[in-house]
Amino acid sequence: MIDFLWLALMAGTGVALVAAPLGSFVVWQRLAYFGDTLAHASLLGIAFSLLLTINIQLAIIVSCLCVALILVLLQTQRQLPSDTLLGIISHSSLALGLILVSVFDTGRLDLTLYLIGDILSTSQNDVIMILIVLAIVSLLTWKFWKHLLAITVNEQLAQVEGVPVKKVRFLLLFMLALVIAVAIKVVGVLLITALLIIPAAAARYLSKSPIQMVFIGGLLGCLSVYAGLASSFYWDTPAGPSIVASASGLFMLSLLIKRYST
Amino acid sequence: MKSNVLLQAAEVSLRDGDKVLLDTIDLSIKKREIVTIIGPNGAGKTTLLNLLLGLRKPSSGQVHRHNNCRIGYMPQKIQLNPLLPLNVEHFLSLVDTRSSTLKADINTALTRTGVADLINTDMTRLSGGEVQRVLLARALLRKPNLLVLDEPVQGVDLKGQDQLYKLISEIRDELGCGVLMVSHDLHLVMASTDNVICLNQHICCHGHPESVSNHPAYIELFGNSISHVAAYTHHHDHDHNLHGEVCEATFEEKE
Repeated sequence: MIDFLWLALMAGTGVALVAAPLGSFVVWQRLAYFGDTLAHASLLGIAFSLLLTINIQLAIIVSCLCVALILVLLQTQRQLPSDTLLGIISHSSLALGLILVSVFDTGRLDLTLYLIGDILSTSQNDVIMILIVLAIVSLLTWKFWKHLLAITVNEQLAQVEGVPVKKVRFLLLFMLALVIAVAIKVVGVLLITALLIIPAAAARYLSKSPIQMVFIGGLLGCLSVYAGLASSFYWDTPAGPSIVASASGLFMLSLLIKRYST
Repeated sequence: MKSNVLLQAAEVSLRDGDKVLLDTIDLSIKKREIVTIIGPNGAGKTTLLNLLLGLRKPSSGQVHRHNNCRIGYMPQKIQLNPLLPLNVEHFLSLVDTRSSTLKADINTALTRTGVADLINTDMTRLSGGEVQRVLLARALLRKPNLLVLDEPVQGVDLKGQDQLYKLISEIRDELGCGVLMVSHDLHLVMASTDNVICLNQHICCHGHPESVSNHPAYIELFGNSISHVAAYTHHHDHDHNLHGEVCEATFEEKE
């Protein structure tokens, strides 16, 4: 097969696998809007990377982490409800990012590629980056699995039982920022949350334990990537949106299976 | 701090802006003692528990915990996301113990709280009373010497409440642990409590349940009427367990 397709397949598989545990936690802790906000903020990172001519992925990771930190700090105040706060930060960083990119871009950047993803132009370096993130996230999730799950079930109970709740919560956001930074290549800023939550939600109906849900979610994520790439290859549809559309298809299918199996 | 005191609050206050949530609270829980905090809605009962548990910091005053005080905590309610597939056994295995016999311990704890047959049931399918018993089992897994229970009988019918309070005092006898719990009905906990603290931002009165129920501050807070209403009781020659099966009568009728 053609080289670029191999790279795209590897990148897609890596991102689908790394999105599975994080996607499950996003679904369990109702962090979907949070993920959106981080993704939109990454556009600011892209703008700064143009401005300062630094590595784009590094800039995205840093900007995601900054926004995650700001959100954690702001969520302890009680003047603004959390969803309003997220909405304000999410859309103002998106707007600011779009402005900055268009002002400082000298014509070498196609914004749509960042908005809807550009998996077919994956380079070897991208794949290496994705594999590194996959390794880091898998290791951390495996090591802190029990703590992550404990704060998901009930933070107060976890804290009384000696779980370092704040650190574990920050760890989750840190991993989320990493995943978003590498997933932008595959599905783009606008569709990242979809790649996180749709396979996980679909896996819910097919699994009996949290661990099962992560693995089935990973599998469904990979299937969506392959189906999306195939559609892009044969029918020339945009790859990122095709991947997300395939994931939605799988979600519907799992709903039907659930319905007719009980 | 005396050696038999597990947990002690010394002049603890909490303010949120101008609002005083808790005003100079002094209390202590000793080994084998059951202390019940009662008070109307918004009296600061759960807030006080959170302070004692170290979940919040007081604005002034101090909370002392005995060095080997191991707390088993049962929160008021837990909201589980239906998208999280979690059965009872898995929920209990999240407890952070280094015990190598966790599986056996889980069975023991569930048997003790009377819900051993629910071990493979999904957490979201449990009834209110079953959830409380599973939460109590989780608190027991920590092998606590202090049980902290926030409204342990919430969402449980009257009969179940009685059984649950009985279970709690039995557990106290078996483990020799102290128990601190929150309730909003003095009369239900009367039989199984040693010390009552009547809370409404500050401690209105405290002491033995009988004396508190006659205390003017208590009557002012809850009204006099309650103590005159006799609960309707009739005699059963049999009893039902948690699953509705008929079994020998176990629970004593009150006058």
